[in-house]
Amino acid sequence: MSTSADLPPDVRRIVVVGAGECGTHAAMALRDKGFAGEITLIGRESVHAYERPPLSKGALAVDELALVHPWTPEQLEQARIALRLGVEVTDIDLTAGTVTTSTGPQGAGEVVPWDRLLLALGSDPRRLEIDEVTYLRTHEDAEALRALLRSQGHLLVVGAGFIGLEIAAGARERGMDVTVVEAGPRALGRIVPEEVAAQVSALHDAHGVSLRVTTTVAGLRRDGDGLRATLSDGDELVVDAVVAGIGATPTTALAEAAGLVVDDGIVVDAALRTSDPRVFAAGDCASFPDARSGGRVRLESWRNAHDQAETAAASMLGQGKAHVAVPWFWSDQYDQMLSVAGLPGTGERSVLRHRDDGVLLHLGLDAQDRLVHAAAVGSGASVAKDIRVAEKLIAAAVPLDPTQLMDPGVPLRSILKAATA
Amino acid sequence: MSWTRVCEIDDVEEEDVIGVSVDGQDIAVYRDEDGGFHASEGHCTHERMLLCEGLVMDGIIECPKHNGRFRITDGKAMGAPVTVDLRTYPVKVEDGEVHVDLG
Ligand SMILES: Cc1cc2nc3c(=O)[nH]c(=O)nc-3n(C[C@H](O)[C@H](O)[C@H](O)COP(=O)(O)OP(=O)(O)OC[C@H]3O[C@@H](n4cnc5c(N)ncnc54)[C@H](O)[C@@H]3O)c2cc1C
Ligand code: FES
Repeated sequence: MSTSADLPPDVRRIVVVGAGECGTHAAMALRDKGFAGEITLIGRESVHAYERPPLSKGALAVDELALVHPWTPEQLEQARIALRLGVEVTDIDLTAGTVTTSTGPQGAGEVVPWDRLLLALGSDPRRLEIDEVTYLRTHEDAEALRALLRSQGHLLVVGAGFIGLEIAAGARERGMDVTVVEAGPRALGRIVPEEVAAQVSALHDAHGVSLRVTTTVAGLRRDGDGLRATLSDGDELVVDAVVAGIGATPTTALAEAAGLVVDDGIVVDAALRTSDPRVFAAGDCASFPDARSGGRVRLESWRNAHDQAETAAASMLGQGKAHVAVPWFWSDQYDQMLSVAGLPGTGERSVLRHRDDGVLLHLGLDAQDRLVHAAAVGSGASVAKDIRVAEKLIAAAVPLDPTQLMDPGVPLRSILKAATA
Repeated sequence: MSWTRVCEIDDVEEEDVIGVSVDGQDIAVYRDEDGGFHASEGHCTHERMLLCEGLVMDGIIECPKHNGRFRITDGKAMGAPVTVDLRTYPVKVEDGEVHVDLG
């Protein structure tokens, strides 16, 4: 920890826009790192930061929705974070170094000056050009979705990404019939390799979900109490509700209007600095250079929101290092957990590790046999440890012996010990 | 002090953790890299995940669910998402057996 005496003297006021997972964590991290100046945290939603992952998991199973808040309002107050909730930032003036907010519950809009600005704006669900479809991003969306789930009836889920599949699992556990349509050739196309995706599809099949790939919804209309969906293959389904999880687009309009460079996300460098050196972006909305693959990536994951919050806070205080955290993502479906480390699709080849308990670990290697990606699904937390060790192997970035990786008799931990010795 | 025998030392590998149940209460028993034993409540303080499938490294247990990190010697929560420390218990090793005092 450094003292504020080490900090650049020109940084007295920091404004964070977006009071979600990333923005709130960054505000807290600024204090942890010794920043003693003013921190203003501005968020469009009316509640202080809550976790989104439970919204498509546990929240669908319980009678009363209880939000999980990483920090209490008291903790934020103690950290002297000026919280402005329920207001939107409508304009950034890079020349004046200010943001303008909308009128909010506390009164008229205001102009807030900053020396450093962090944009942690998140992403918005991609929408279909069809009415009567529900989406899931906020706690309000979760309430609306919960109201549609019941112990009978038929739910149509559009998109076999992780949010769609989690909702499918939740609805099945409630007792509904569930059909999932997916435009692509398989489930989880963007996030996990084929072998692991096949296991997840089989899991849903075993739970009675009807998964229809290379299929889209061509039309939807009210039909009595239900909805009549016409699918791209001509089939018609009468369902009680339709929910879509078809990806998200980064929230960038504000940055674009201010003249910052945007290209599928707010473009930042390795220290998460935008095209204006006083302005930073992190979390779902940021597109950053990935040191391992050499490409530009934008991650929509809970841990990335935390990791980048840390990097951005350090950078804003001039203590910045390049962002090197290994991406990690998980999903819960039924009693199973899917866990993924590294970037899918960045490997040259893959090796499979068949564990004695039936779990299949998919490992992606680059041309030098360095691990770049690992994925597995298994009951409870049974895959957690292996994926975590794999993550450390990815970070170690040293050539590994593929035959050892494939051999379940050689513990991954001993491979890690040897690799980092 | 009321000591309860929870396992044998060989039940826990070095730098690892196992879960035991004492009168229906879940306890995590850790062995550090120097062979020392420690014990804490069995569930993570974040979303109550059982810790026994977590990774123990460099004196830290990582929760298998969201990688919340705690120091195994005193249960200290090392940062978000975990903000509440784990309760820990005194441990003694006698004749190759591990005993925990749940107070
Ligand atoms: C249903 C669901 C389930 C998920 N499950 C998982 C999971 O299992 N595992 C996983 O790794 N990840 C999961 N995620 C992803 C994870 O939650 C996100 O990656 C994370 O929330 C991103 O944090 P963020 O701060 O970048 O964005 P957000 O948490 O979305 O925060 C951005 C905030 O900025 C606000 N904002 C935007 N524009 C403005 C403005 N102009 N003025 C003021 N405020 C503004 C928004 O209202 C929002 O509150 C899930 C996401 C959802 C929606
Ligand atoms: S349940 Fe342990 S970190 Fe979330």
